[in-house]
Amino acid sequence: MRDTRFLIIFAAAIGLLSSSAQAQEQQIEVPIAYLTQRIKSLPPLSLVDQPTTDNGLMGARLGIEDNNTTGKFTGQHFLLNESVVPESGDVTATFRDLYAKGNRVFVIDLPAGQLLTVADLPEAKDALLFNVRAKDDILRNDQCRANVLHTVPNYAMLADGLAQYLVWKRWSNWLLVAGTTEDDRLYAEALRHAAEKFSATIVEERVFDAAPGSRRTDSGHAQIQKQMPVFTQDAEDYDVLVVSDVEDAFGEYLQYRTWDPRPVVGTHGLVPTAWHRSQEQWGATQMQNRFARFAGRWMTERDYAAWVAVRSVSEATTHTKTADLAAVSAYIRGPDFGVAGFKGQKLTFREWDGQLRQPILLTTARTLVSVSPQEGFLHEFSELDTLGFDRPDTTCELQ
Amino acid sequence: MNGYLAAVLGFAVATGVLPASAETIFVSNEKDNSVTILDGATLEVIKTVPVGQRPRGITLSIDNKFLYICASDDNHVEVMDTTTYEIVRTLPSGPDPELFVLSPSGNPLYIANEDDNMVTVVDVEAGNAIAEVPVGVEPEGMGISPDGKILVNTSETTNMAHFIDTATHEIVDNVLVDSRPRFAEFTADGKQVWVSAEIGGTVSVIDAASRKVVKTIGFEVPGVNKEAIQPVGVRVTKDLKLAFVALGPANRVAVVDAQTYEVKDYLLVGQRVWQLAFNADQSRLYTTNGVSNDISVIDVANLEVTKSITVGNQPWGVAVTP
Repeated sequence: MRDTRFLIIFAAAIGLLSSSAQAQEQQIEVPIAYLTQRIKSLPPLSLVDQPTTDNGLMGARLGIEDNNTTGKFTGQHFLLNESVVPESGDVTATFRDLYAKGNRVFVIDLPAGQLLTVADLPEAKDALLFNVRAKDDILRNDQCRANVLHTVPNYAMLADGLAQYLVWKRWSNWLLVAGTTEDDRLYAEALRHAAEKFSATIVEERVFDAAPGSRRTDSGHAQIQKQMPVFTQDAEDYDVLVVSDVEDAFGEYLQYRTWDPRPVVGTHGLVPTAWHRSQEQWGATQMQNRFARFAGRWMTERDYAAWVAVRSVSEATTHTKTADLAAVSAYIRGPDFGVAGFKGQKLTFREWDGQLRQPILLTTARTLVSVSPQEGFLHEFSELDTLGFDRPDTTCELQ
Repeated sequence: MNGYLAAVLGFAVATGVLPASAETIFVSNEKDNSVTILDGATLEVIKTVPVGQRPRGITLSIDNKFLYICASDDNHVEVMDTTTYEIVRTLPSGPDPELFVLSPSGNPLYIANEDDNMVTVVDVEAGNAIAEVPVGVEPEGMGISPDGKILVNTSETTNMAHFIDTATHEIVDNVLVDSRPRFAEFTADGKQVWVSAEIGGTVSVIDAASRKVVKTIGFEVPGVNKEAIQPVGVRVTKDLKLAFVALGPANRVAVVDAQTYEVKDYLLVGQRVWQLAFNADQSRLYTTNGVSNDISVIDVANLEVTKSITVGNQPWGVAVTP
């Protein structure tokens, strides 16, 4: 190694640098852009949850660190170009600017609508976008895009992961309670789909209209204690209450307050997610420790999605030995790709919709309860494809 | 033909024609913070000894008088007297020691610090750390050449085998292998390094001189989905004829012809088999089965699993004294 380097320096000095030797020693720069926008959000419902201002971004930053530890040995250097667009700012202009500066790989931390806006820009044809935020099923179906890969699981994957466990537990009769936001509606739809797919029954549906207002109230618990039993009174006989409250407006209040003594699952209670602090299986302890040291807080689902996105790029460039977009993109979608993400098996992307295949964790606030797919849910090719939209189900036509 | 001969020899061993060994088996129980000690002749548990937190990798001193134990959550290595079963001293290890390898000369000990992207070199006599080598993300597998000159460390998230010169403590080469490499084993002739990749599902055979992968061995077990095939522990017989590869949640140990690289057989052992250790004459191979809380005994001549013995919770490492 040392001898080779000496030889190259010597060769360079006399102007005889061969291109192959150059490729050996030359550092490859791999820029990755992180694009997000400040979006006004309510403070967490629970004071136990600490609000973050860098959700997702920290995952990408740590991914870059990990890539560079590897890159040190492969002569590759990764760089994160972060753009946080202000609330009133123009995401499109920022994307164009990042593109003009040479970025071709983007970690997109934006809601579905804005993700599609940037993905459909003419420049984006020549870019690879990782969706780390939008769980909308439509992005994996009718509104899928050939230049977008999704490292965050969609609602259907989460709902299916939960449904498999409930069916295994023989909690097959569900009371579905949904909030009134668009995301609540989408998640509830995924839960209905999951019930049908795994032969569970939604015995009744109720809608909880959580009026927007202050999240902090003195002696508020007294009112909630009366409100929630009444809301869940006289339901058809059910095993488990499945709640869809994506923005955390009321779901937490259902636990221990239902009229009938029933567990709460869904967005609250037992929650299907890509990542959680309680996950320590498959070497995840190291990831959790590394992240906590790095970010000063716990790793979230979005941090994990961003970390996997950034790591996937390194996984590709290590093998392709180039930062060329076409090569990297083809490798990631190809049969040889696999990224290790502390889930006990390699993670790959579905070729039909660009969704990352991954086990789904089922967690409570303090522990990991299970990991789906559950044993016995078989699949011809990959059991991970029992979660979400399988090849025969998809309405995605990638172009 | 050879198989038939081996079977006959194995039968001789099993029927007690050869004298029973006096070997002792040590197993670290990751969840129990203990080491189970078994009598190799009776295959019964002699004693279970409490040790530091989260014991994982274990290895013996060259004279077999001491067992070194990675107490991962205590951030040190404990030293157990193999006759009294008492912890006699602790050694520094750097943070989160997971696996290690002892120099063939008996000193120093090379420790992978899984949480710290580092290999720590510890003088076991002086009891201090003498060097730290920065490596890739999540170092784990550790192998050393028979002459002690080259150390190989694998880093799980970097997917590499780092070749380290033990004289200078510098990395001299890096070999890319498949996803999540967990174990490195030099062959007895020092010519090859076998590296398992847990997520990649393969074993890379690296030529130690050219540092090129000469063969990537894949595995297929009928009736077991490919995601469950996760190679971890690797052991190659001294005569270079056979290699054994623990396949994790596939609950099997693969038997590989170490010359042709052909997989000859899959031996059904306990659940989530990770680490392997031969006894001194290599007539037996012991496996730790983390989920079924037992160890399996493989008759090497016969290629048969002859027994499983319950140990503590989540057995991880295994070492055998003659």
